[in-house]
Amino acid sequence: MFYIYCPHCEEHREEEEFHAAGEAHIPRPLDPDQCTDQEWGEYLFFRNNPRGIHHELWVHAIGCRKFFNMTRDTQNYEIKEVYKIGQQPKITGASEAAAAKEGV
Amino acid sequence: MQKYSGFGLLKHALSHHENWQRVWRNPVPKKKYDVIIVGGGGHGLATAYYLAKVHGITNIAVLEKGYLGGGNTARNTTIVRSNYLWDESAKLYEHAMKLWEGLSQDLNYNVMFSQRGVLNLGHTLQDMRDIERRVHANRLNGIDGEVLDAQQIKEIVPMMDCSDRPRYPIMGASWQPRGGVARHDAVAWGYARAADALGVDLIQQCEVVDIIIEDGAATGVMTNSHGVIEADRIGCVTAGNSSVMAKMAGFRLPLESHPLQALVSEPIKPILDTVVMSNHVHGYISQSDKGDLVIGAGIDGYNGYGQRGSYHTIEHTVQAIVELFPVFSRVRMNRQWGGIVDTCPDACPIISATPVENLFFNCGWGTGGFKATPGSGHVFAATLAAGEASEMAKPFSMFRFYDGALIDEHGAAGVAH
Repeated sequence: MFYIYCPHCEEHREEEEFHAAGEAHIPRPLDPDQCTDQEWGEYLFFRNNPRGIHHELWVHAIGCRKFFNMTRDTQNYEIKEVYKIGQQPKITGASEAAAAKEGV
Repeated sequence: MQKYSGFGLLKHALSHHENWQRVWRNPVPKKKYDVIIVGGGGHGLATAYYLAKVHGITNIAVLEKGYLGGGNTARNTTIVRSNYLWDESAKLYEHAMKLWEGLSQDLNYNVMFSQRGVLNLGHTLQDMRDIERRVHANRLNGIDGEVLDAQQIKEIVPMMDCSDRPRYPIMGASWQPRGGVARHDAVAWGYARAADALGVDLIQQCEVVDIIIEDGAATGVMTNSHGVIEADRIGCVTAGNSSVMAKMAGFRLPLESHPLQALVSEPIKPILDTVVMSNHVHGYISQSDKGDLVIGAGIDGYNGYGQRGSYHTIEHTVQAIVELFPVFSRVRMNRQWGGIVDTCPDACPIISATPVENLFFNCGWGTGGFKATPGSGHVFAATLAAGEASEMAKPFSMFRFYDGALIDEHGAAGVAH
């Protein structure tokens, strides 16, 4: 059971109040009519699905009902950060790899 | 391979069962193979077996990062059925069902396939309409199926609550008598033993860390334990880790990996001699030969590779089971686990060529791969042998997500695996 900090409500709530809504930062094509089948297919269906650091969209479904982003490790399930829609993550796969290198 | 038989059992009894042959070899891998199969689960081992048996290709290695059948093959609820809605998937799963029916004889290994029947319950008017549609579609495809009402269900499963009491009363069900369960470990071991006997090298504790690509064609794999192993063709059958494998090869798949949990109770006396599944209240249950109730339900909503999920998911599952079977309310649960399932947007698998030449993927089985194990292996073997999608695999290309020819099996797949 995750204990998730909602950046809108500004408090920790239990996972059951939230709903995972898939990968974050997938921009809708600016001009869908000009997309090739491949581009449109990639946008709709293809996902990074990483093993490790993942940026995902969550919704506080039975709380404030607002969406926000989360950076989470999909291997050990550790929640690294939450941030609002429109913001960029501080922690990425690349930054984690660099930090691990420095640690050594 | 030493043939297993009643007589053999008697013979070995004379030497106190101390002289049984090892079930498979533990070979050192060669430098090059005709085909490398990445992933030594049920589907991968079945692929190797049918490649050797049906297509005569025996210079094969199966590379497994852990031990054979230690992933989702060991983590499912062992349900087998073929009552899928659309022609493409119905044919695929029925192909598997027909192979299941002769599998123990074929492998000379008892996979304990028990055709005890599968009930898919309906709790609403819409459920019943969908069930009727699916059963009719099944019959047109030559798959057995019947629509039952609550009274008929009561005769099959007397201790299930078919009254008006529950919040979602049981209105009816689809019934596939040829469906049932099989012993999951025995399936992996049986395929491994039979493949090994045909000369397939099963390499355990050997993780693929990179796929070697030259001029857009895969030529081999880099492993953590045996360096580079070359191959003419590579088949990836890595379930939840398929996206990780695809990333090594430089493309993405339309997959998301989720934890799917299941649990078993303490062993109890025989009480349930069929399989009961409900999409609507979200749960499925059967009883193993050992006596424990085997229970499963939906995936955890978030992506995860951790082979575990959240506790409240289990709680919802058990709530559904107790709603159907109030008599189980005081049965204690014994063990719980999670497997990583690779779910596809249309709830159908991917058996496909990829943007990389000589590299093929068999993945996306999501929450319902076990039932397809023999068919999946058979079809993927034909694909690998020919170097292009076999007839039955064609609709399951990964490129269907570009051209839009999806096979929407959310109804028949749903939670009910």
